[in-house]
Amino acid sequence: MLRAQKLNLSVPGKTLCRDLDIVIKPGECWAILGRNGSGKTTLLHALSGLRVPESGGVSWAGKPLADYPRRDLARQIGVLPQDEGHEFWGTVLEYVLLGRYPHSRGFGVSGEDEEAAASALRQVGMADMAGRTLITLSGGERQRVRIAMLLAQSPQLYCLDEPLQHLDLGHQAEALRLFRRLAAEEGRAVLMVLHETLWAGRFCDHALLLYDNGEIASGSASELLNGENLERLYQCGLRELPTEDGRCWVPA
Amino acid sequence: MNLTLHLPATWLVLAAAASIASVVTGLAFGSVDLPLGDVLRALIGKDATLVTDIVWQLRLPRVLSAFACGGLLALAGALLQALLRNPLADPYILGISGGAAVAALSAMIFGLAAAAVSFSALGGALAAVGLVFALGFSRGGNMVRLLLTGVVLSAGFGALISLLLTLAPETQVRGMLFWLMGDLSQAQAPGPVWGILLAALGFGWWQAKSLDILGLGELKARSLGIAVRPLQIGIFFAASAATAAVVVEAGTIGFVGLIVPHFVRLLGFSGHRWLLPLAALAGGSFLTLADTLARTVVAPQQLPVGVLTALLGVPLLLFLLSRKP
Repeated sequence: MLRAQKLNLSVPGKTLCRDLDIVIKPGECWAILGRNGSGKTTLLHALSGLRVPESGGVSWAGKPLADYPRRDLARQIGVLPQDEGHEFWGTVLEYVLLGRYPHSRGFGVSGEDEEAAASALRQVGMADMAGRTLITLSGGERQRVRIAMLLAQSPQLYCLDEPLQHLDLGHQAEALRLFRRLAAEEGRAVLMVLHETLWAGRFCDHALLLYDNGEIASGSASELLNGENLERLYQCGLRELPTEDGRCWVPA
Repeated sequence: MNLTLHLPATWLVLAAAASIASVVTGLAFGSVDLPLGDVLRALIGKDATLVTDIVWQLRLPRVLSAFACGGLLALAGALLQALLRNPLADPYILGISGGAAVAALSAMIFGLAAAAVSFSALGGALAAVGLVFALGFSRGGNMVRLLLTGVVLSAGFGALISLLLTLAPETQVRGMLFWLMGDLSQAQAPGPVWGILLAALGFGWWQAKSLDILGLGELKARSLGIAVRPLQIGIFFAASAATAAVVVEAGTIGFVGLIVPHFVRLLGFSGHRWLLPLAALAGGSFLTLADTLARTVVAPQQLPVGVLTALLGVPLLLFLLSRKP
């Protein structure tokens, strides 16, 4: 269980987040929504222990993130950052195996590591590409391999920064279903920065809306994701399209 | 999986065999060519003859120095390519050689003895390392700033080197140019370079997985449990020590540090666990052979070994690059 208490985040000249209190429980799926530069990534980094907040604290299972040895924390919280570019010359399988680092001791690759990597590649539909050199893949394929590395890491909380980048519509849905299933069936938690409000409404049960003035609304996705809030969030007129669950917005 | 396990071991044996062959070749050829049998007999200490003297006193120290320097340059290149996440990085990219060169050439202008020149080069290298570290790692530090700091300092040192060459008496310019292009003729004590080679290789081997992960980007590496900043500082100092040792021993030998790691990668080794030892062996063999050629091609005159590493290395790497998609 991840808990943020009185969390304050700012970058020079801007307060991104003021006194945020949230609790993310096993099995929950959270969306972080906001305009460009509203601090979604900064918040994700603070909640995953990659950034020290200006004040306030984040704890996992009752213990502050900073008190965990790094590798121990990496077995609990995994992060899919936005693509930083990479300097990696090996194969897809070798790449995914690096995700096992927090679980392995010493040099070798254990049978368990190989199994986890193979299973992760199967889950993103890249098993038959395992022997390919990573740099020969397309952007979308690479993104799926990056997701596979995170699956091989097998943390209890997945922190995803724009997990759908480069993915086509079909693979977007597949990726979200995968994480949804990990939450529902294995009791893991998912926190993701998304731009697609439609997907947020369909796959997430909770939402964090980061308004431009540093105000943050958090709570149930079905309550927060409505036309009024989204128009204010994106500062853009929206029109709601009638769908079965009534949660699809397009620019007016 | 069997294949991927056995293949590196095969290549490691091949590289070790090539290393031994290069050392023996280096011992056999020179201003006097020695029969292979005599060299081997001399090595195991049979018959105290002129051959034994040539092998043990003259050639072995130089050949062993050349091997260690080549290994160090390749290692430093591979480490810096991982640290800066830049395939263009080479051991000299952070300006360490420039600092050493300015100090060494100054010592030459003042007419100091060879030992003092080496000592001065060491001082210059250490000063450059300290300067790059202080500027590049200050305020949290990021690798782009480290790289820019190194490149800018290199350019500055380059200007000073040109200035020194212009001001130097003509009789000294030739010696200075030799130093700048890499020259193993003064290398007589391989002990220290071997010590640093083994230490740097041990560090790289120990951190091999972390080095692989560092290539994924700092955020990803941290999220996987790597202590990124201490690792970066460790790599910086390991690569700096390797570079400084070579520069002091043999001046600035180009191309080994840039091309040998790529050569090993083009053979299909990307993980540092295999890349580093293979690069060290390949770099050592390469420089040993290049130095043997430098001593023999126009014997009794010797060529700067840096000229040969470039002349041999450039076509080799271009050929390999053209074959890979």
